[in-house]
Amino acid sequence: MSTLLLNEDEIMLQDSARGFLDNAAPVSHLRGLRDAGDTHDPKLWAEMAQMGWTGVLVPEESGGSDMGHAAAGVLAQEMGKTLVTSPFLSTAVMAATALRQVATDRANAALAQIAEGRVIYAIAVDEGHKHNPEAATLAAIEDGNGFRLNGSKGFVVDGGNADRVLVLAMAEAGLTLFDLPADRDGIARTAASMIDARDAVSIDFSDVQATGEDVVGVVGDGMSVLRPALEAGQAALAAEMAGLAAGAFDMTVGYLKERKQFGIEIGRFQVLQHRAAHLWCETEVTASAVRNAGRMLDEDPENATMAVSLAKARATQTAKLAVIEGVQMHGGIGMTDAFDMGFYMKRARVATEWLGDYGYHAERVAAARGF
Amino acid sequence: MTDTNLEGFRAETRAWLEANCPSEMRGGERTEEAICWGGRNWEFSSDAQRQWLDRMAAKGWTVPTWPVEYGGADLDRAHDKILTEEINRLEVPLPVQSFGIWMLGPALLAFGSHEQKLEYLPPIARGEVRWCQGYSEPGAGSDLASVQTKADSDGDHYIVNGQKVWTSYADQADCIFALVRTDREAPKHLGISFLLIDMETEGVSTKPIRLISGSSPFCETFFDDVRVPKSNVVGTEHRGWDVAKHLLTHEREMISGGGAGLLGSRALGAVIAERDGEMDATTRAEALVCEVDAQAISLTLERYKDQAEAGGGVGDASAMLKYAGTELNKRRHELLMSAGGSQALEWDGTHAGLAADWLRTKANSIEGGTSEVMLSIISRRILGLPS
Repeated sequence: MSTLLLNEDEIMLQDSARGFLDNAAPVSHLRGLRDAGDTHDPKLWAEMAQMGWTGVLVPEESGGSDMGHAAAGVLAQEMGKTLVTSPFLSTAVMAATALRQVATDRANAALAQIAEGRVIYAIAVDEGHKHNPEAATLAAIEDGNGFRLNGSKGFVVDGGNADRVLVLAMAEAGLTLFDLPADRDGIARTAASMIDARDAVSIDFSDVQATGEDVVGVVGDGMSVLRPALEAGQAALAAEMAGLAAGAFDMTVGYLKERKQFGIEIGRFQVLQHRAAHLWCETEVTASAVRNAGRMLDEDPENATMAVSLAKARATQTAKLAVIEGVQMHGGIGMTDAFDMGFYMKRARVATEWLGDYGYHAERVAAARGF
Repeated sequence: MTDTNLEGFRAETRAWLEANCPSEMRGGERTEEAICWGGRNWEFSSDAQRQWLDRMAAKGWTVPTWPVEYGGADLDRAHDKILTEEINRLEVPLPVQSFGIWMLGPALLAFGSHEQKLEYLPPIARGEVRWCQGYSEPGAGSDLASVQTKADSDGDHYIVNGQKVWTSYADQADCIFALVRTDREAPKHLGISFLLIDMETEGVSTKPIRLISGSSPFCETFFDDVRVPKSNVVGTEHRGWDVAKHLLTHEREMISGGGAGLLGSRALGAVIAERDGEMDATTRAEALVCEVDAQAISLTLERYKDQAEAGGGVGDASAMLKYAGTELNKRRHELLMSAGGSQALEWDGTHAGLAADWLRTKANSIEGGTSEVMLSIISRRILGLPS
């Protein structure tokens, strides 16, 4: 396997991403969207497409840059540092990974649209309060040459802005993945007001017609297409959370150096120094797990499950610690809406639940390690 | 060096090891007895152990990365890695392990004179002289730079007086590398010298310290008017702290690697099951977290090895590796004790297995710099917080 260090291309990608995002999408960008009641910035999304980010996992034949999962992780990590709001994970990471596994003309056309930034996808998987794809019960009843879908999905991230939805349903033959336009008759989306001010909806499916063409992969075997997509999403989300933790940590250490109480910088107090140093250690250990997940998805995807879950578990835990310590070490100002730390805390909480929390992923690591 | 050359080296190495590694040494369990520490008074556990050492030493492969003239084989990292892999493939213990190889050697290579290297390194490589480390004192633990053992000038010699503590295996060592105060007027970091002392010199004595784990790997070492030639100073007189710091980085990496290497290869759940351990819901939950952390810390050691090989070095981040690895090892042994229940409590006074291991791990976060010292190093040198 390649090393756990960034290669030259990835370092260049990281530098250019940071440079772009510091101008185009600092935390104030998210604040602006929230204050205006928006959850999406079409101009930012178009610029990401222009730079090749939306095609990061799209094959070159379909117009993508096909840089791989480690590179997608580099982008997600930089986005996480300033809480960049976009449908990157749903569309460019998860939908692209699902679609590229089926070699149909339709899937290839959809991939080309993703690379061009002309389509937004959402992934509709969960129905209960916790991530559990295999438990999907949304019914796909065979009806003539196609299917009728009835049921509901919750916590569909990016579903409000989505043009299309990948929806996991239970057919007679087993779990099946459908690719549907979000405005098809019978689909009703209800926006959820989320603590992180980002896009999530619940979706009701009422006698929604789907054709055989709408099926992604094989009827009854939706998970073999969806599982790699979910793992790609989990790895990229772990990278985003590692970036989030790094962003919160940098703010906190900066504050320890400038804030004075009792006549000295509070960073001179050993009790805070040791907490900050411990947090740094946690971010370093997590960074290794995140890097490893990207490498495994690129080089040995069949055996990447443990690496991905390790990354998501560690990133979840580290992001939580980073925002809790971030608020505490900032003191009162950390609790104010005018200060950014609260945005980090809220996003960390949503990202924790999305695609499986600590317990979900720790169990998968344990299973792989023979517990 | 191309990959073809590396594969050629692998084939040659494999053939040489097949021909020269005594069959009795292979595939055995890695017991304490199988370890060869070497030294003037070393008693080989078998002829095979002696043969294995002699043949590997003649090849320069006890210290493969050292220069040939000092007893090594001048291998670069890529070749050294292949040699290690091929040795591991035979499941044979290293021909010799010692503080001379791990700690003094790297320090001499960085700071020693050519004459010192010629005098001290080849016997280390051949396993003929066993060294120990004389750093801590009763009044100088975490505050190591306040060492008081004094070395007073007397012509071309020093007269050394004082006491060291926690000198690992001092009772079995031939020589000691020690921090001694050669200038009592200077600020504490600037009056220390790094001095090599033969333990057979008149006035040196040692006394083992019995630990809570029952074993006695550590000693007290006393110096009573010990005459040492001034030519035994490594580096510049009074600037021994520079040598000591360099060496401590190696020690931290060694300790963190030991703990996490073990963890990386063996799953905690499997170890517990093997010992008929039982886990209630709380213990199991803690074990899951421990397993997740163990995997991530192993990867972090890998990542820093990658960085070192790429020429980036590890530097002060060795404090992070030491802190994370040792704290994890303590958690792991607490869980093993919980899962073992009353069965894990048996004690025969010397080697109590699980319980002795558990007690021994409590020293991991103290030796080589406490966890708190590691956090202070990180806070000052990496985070740049004011002190």
